[in-house]
Amino acid sequence: MAAASAAHRHSKRCRLSPVPLDSLADELLFLVLDRVAAADPRALKSFALASRACHAAESRHRRVLRPLRADLLPAALARYPSVSRLDLSLCARVPDAALAAVPSSLRAVDLSRSSGFGAAGIAALARTCPGLADLDLSNGVHLGDAAAAEVARMRKLQRLSLSRCKQVTDMGLGCVAVGCTDLRDLSLKWCIGITDLGLNLLALKCTKLTTLDLSYTMITKESLLSIIKLTNLQVLTLVGCIGIDDDALSSLEKEYSKSLQVLDMSHCQNVTDVGVSSIVKSIPNLLELNLSYCCPVTPSMVRSLQKVSKLQTLKLEGCKFMADGLKAIGSSCVSIRELSLSKSAGVTDTELSFAVSKLKNLLKLDITCCRNITDVSVVSITRSCTSLISLRMESCSHVSSGALQLIGKHCSQLEELDLTDSDLDGEGLKALTGCTNLSSLKIGICLRISDEGLTHIGKSCPKLRDIDLYRCGSISDDGVIQIAQGCPMLESINLSYCTELTDRSLMSLSKCTKLNTLEIRGCPRISSAGLSEIAMGCRLLSKLDIKKCCEINDVGMLYLSQFSHALRQINLSYCSVTDIGLLSLSSICGLQNMTIVHLAGITPNGLIAALMVCGGLTKVKLHEAFKAMMPLHMLKNVEARGCMFQWINKPFKVLYIFFQPACLPLRYV
Amino acid sequence: MASGTATNADPDQQTVRSNSVEQFYFPRPGQSLPGIPPFFGPPSSSLYLANDNEAKVGNQLEPNPSQSTDWDPQAIVSNLTFLEQKIKQVKDVVQSMSNRENQVASGSCEVAAKQQLITADLTSIIIQLITTAGSLLPSMKNPLSSNPAVRQLSNTLGSPMGFGVNANQRPSVDSKTDIPDIGKASGYEELINSLNTTQDERDELIKGPNPCGGEGSEPTPMEDHDVKESDDGDHEGENLPPGSYVVLQLEKEEILAPHTHFCLICGKGFKRDANLRMHMRGHGDEYKTAAALAKPTRDSGSDHAPVTRYSCPFVGCKRNKEHKKFQPLKTILCVKNHYKRSHCDKSYTCSRCNTKKFSVIADLKTHEKHCGRDKWLCSCGTTFSRKDKLFGHVALFQGHTPALPMDDVKRKRRERLFWTAVGGLNWNCGASSRVEDGEINEEVEP
Repeated sequence: MAAASAAHRHSKRCRLSPVPLDSLADELLFLVLDRVAAADPRALKSFALASRACHAAESRHRRVLRPLRADLLPAALARYPSVSRLDLSLCARVPDAALAAVPSSLRAVDLSRSSGFGAAGIAALARTCPGLADLDLSNGVHLGDAAAAEVARMRKLQRLSLSRCKQVTDMGLGCVAVGCTDLRDLSLKWCIGITDLGLNLLALKCTKLTTLDLSYTMITKESLLSIIKLTNLQVLTLVGCIGIDDDALSSLEKEYSKSLQVLDMSHCQNVTDVGVSSIVKSIPNLLELNLSYCCPVTPSMVRSLQKVSKLQTLKLEGCKFMADGLKAIGSSCVSIRELSLSKSAGVTDTELSFAVSKLKNLLKLDITCCRNITDVSVVSITRSCTSLISLRMESCSHVSSGALQLIGKHCSQLEELDLTDSDLDGEGLKALTGCTNLSSLKIGICLRISDEGLTHIGKSCPKLRDIDLYRCGSISDDGVIQIAQGCPMLESINLSYCTELTDRSLMSLSKCTKLNTLEIRGCPRISSAGLSEIAMGCRLLSKLDIKKCCEINDVGMLYLSQFSHALRQINLSYCSVTDIGLLSLSSICGLQNMTIVHLAGITPNGLIAALMVCGGLTKVKLHEAFKAMMPLHMLKNVEARGCMFQWINKPFKVLYIFFQPACLPLRYV
Repeated sequence: MASGTATNADPDQQTVRSNSVEQFYFPRPGQSLPGIPPFFGPPSSSLYLANDNEAKVGNQLEPNPSQSTDWDPQAIVSNLTFLEQKIKQVKDVVQSMSNRENQVASGSCEVAAKQQLITADLTSIIIQLITTAGSLLPSMKNPLSSNPAVRQLSNTLGSPMGFGVNANQRPSVDSKTDIPDIGKASGYEELINSLNTTQDERDELIKGPNPCGGEGSEPTPMEDHDVKESDDGDHEGENLPPGSYVVLQLEKEEILAPHTHFCLICGKGFKRDANLRMHMRGHGDEYKTAAALAKPTRDSGSDHAPVTRYSCPFVGCKRNKEHKKFQPLKTILCVKNHYKRSHCDKSYTCSRCNTKKFSVIADLKTHEKHCGRDKWLCSCGTTFSRKDKLFGHVALFQGHTPALPMDDVKRKRRERLFWTAVGGLNWNCGASSRVEDGEINEEVEP
């Protein structure tokens, strides 16, 4: 806030005497602008509007461009000559012609969220930007080998993502492998058309690869060998590769990869502990190993990890722990800093206590949904792992409130804490006052916390960015006001189903200028007045969930359309918004995602008008009844622009929440 | 020996139909190849054939080394099974006879007929047994001469007298059945008769496991284009020791001759023997008889003729017998195809691609089946029928890259243009509805 006003003052001075700005070297000016932009993204716009010189300086300064509409791309690119990164993720439809018009200075183009272009567009891009180094074509389900062949013309490409380009086959990959020999980072996730043939060629031609994502591909042992042999490979992701089995892994026994540091084999359902034991011998310099949903954790497998002396991160989500498996982690993997055991079966108090007592340097621990653990484990964790910065123990419901107090007392370095669905009470929150670095606190479904506890958080956690108070039914406006006042950095808050809250909460939250995500679903007392305060105060608001806030009507939408230009996503279900509100809302040109179900005041005509106006929509949820009522060609038209419809067929629910504030034992995990 | 044979096989020394190269391969019954001494002798299996020359039977029992490759366990198993069944049948008949004798005294002529039947069956069993044993013998790679037991066996079988005696003296048969003593002469006659009558049946039996030996499918490679694979180098693994086979060398004209069968009356040439026979019908009624029209039965000796290999007449060719590392050609067809492919102009051009040329028309036909189907294309223009071959090629050469088929690219581009048009239309519609009042329409993010 302070920085923003500084920028305003700065620009005012510029207007009075433009000479000092001219005399300032561009390098220095850019340093200033960098700082201003880091503090408040909107400050640059103010600066540019100050004077002609400021406008020109800001134009020269801009490196990254993220346009809202592809049709204005030529004008925008003309204004910003030194742009090197073009992010088209907000343009649902990018025609080939738009890609032909980009300047040659571009180094990076992101087309991951766009469609509408094809091989011709990529060919044009390759022609105009021969120096392109970074290209993201993720989600290009319409792109085939022809497009890949055009990509191959970009000789200097270093980073390429072809995730979900399901039509690309070995031929396309072969072209890329031969053409882009400078590649460092390649993602072929979900490229199901690719086989060992193409991968072998890739490993042969692109020897500089450091990062390779082969998740959900058909890779088998035929090409795994040549992939592992890549001398510079550091990160290898093999999520969900059904072709990787123990046989494939044991075939690597003779090979060594000195460079490989990160290996992700999660969801490889054909891998067992035997295969893991054999592959770790080949990768002595591994830092991170992810075996989530992959294999049972046996003591012998864990002991084989002793050979990987530098291992820092071990992720074993959803694994089944055999007896003494977890204990072996404590004795074998002394170097690890990060351990994830979430949703694993077989995690017991005794084994976890033993493991954490050995792992005194642990920084991150995830024991989400380890439902068997009790106070014993929490006591050992807090006693030995005092330097924890992240502790996630959602749904560990057997832990008592007394044990939870120990967390705050002993782990004062905590930055991230997830105690969702626990027995946390005011005393536990009071204990967290020592954790001044806390930036993310998730305490949803903790029915015992009260305003008093939140007061402690507000007073002692100024760095808090994200707080989740989902279904904390007993908190009221006072608690939220304390948070809003104490945590100016707040970016995201979830107050869903906190039924006691009123507009006062939103008024106080409107002072948190960095707020970008607000969820107030099912707060029946909140009205348009509160929402208008948010719209005016939190100009960066991008995600808004006001489902089942029946008091919110068109007035709130008018304010949103006037002030919240950053809005991307909104859920309006069950609100009292009518066609007017919807139409005004659709004037927010960046709006991408709308959920409009069960709105009594919406007519098909109003809906279609809003949809036609809102050009940037990518996903709209509507009630199925509207499908028949809207003209088909209109729907087709909207779909052709890159919008996807999702038709909901749920019955209209009478809102009981208003009448039954004492909340239901719902769990949202 | 090899060169001697080759000179003897010179076409000049041959009969009127000397151009018929088939004659080398399948000599007619009773006709021996000029210059090929009866060194190896006819094989034992000739016994099955109704050969009226009885004296020959004994001679023909000599084994042929070439048969060592023909030793087929399946055939022997089926022979043995057949024997088993046959013995059981005979046993049943004899038992039923003895039962009936005990109960009712049936007519003497009926009994005699049955006895004859049994005798015939037993004879055929014995012959079958000996044959089976005989077909086993060459697999031991022992020449018959070095195996006196076998020689003796074949001699006994060969001499009709001994055979008859043996048949009648079989104790097991005698003890089980009360066959009245039949004169030796009549027994002998019956034996011969039964030998002749069961001929067909046994023939079928032997041929059964070996389908290519059937009457309908004469394995003349000349008529079959599909055997090309075995043409040139396929039989290199055969590794016959030099001298163990006869080398024949045909002259160039002979190899390239379009016809191999000629009408003796008008001189018209034919590629196939059957066509010649059809043609012959026009020359008179005597050629219309069933015998004249019948396919010439393959002589028993044909299967077991001396191992014959062929040499290419082109001096310097590896297939020429003068070459240091001479590799003989296996059949006449091999010779023809090899000579045409290696030493003749490629006169057949593919009409589809107009680039590929062939000297053997069958090669052209094979190519035409696949021409244009090589969908795996390299940037250098080379096409491959298989993707892995293309990738092997691309991996090998720097700068070569897989190329997409042109029509595919064009089609995609057309589709893209269409969709761009559609998208652009809608895009303008969406864009026109929003008016920007001088505000910069970009996301402001560093």
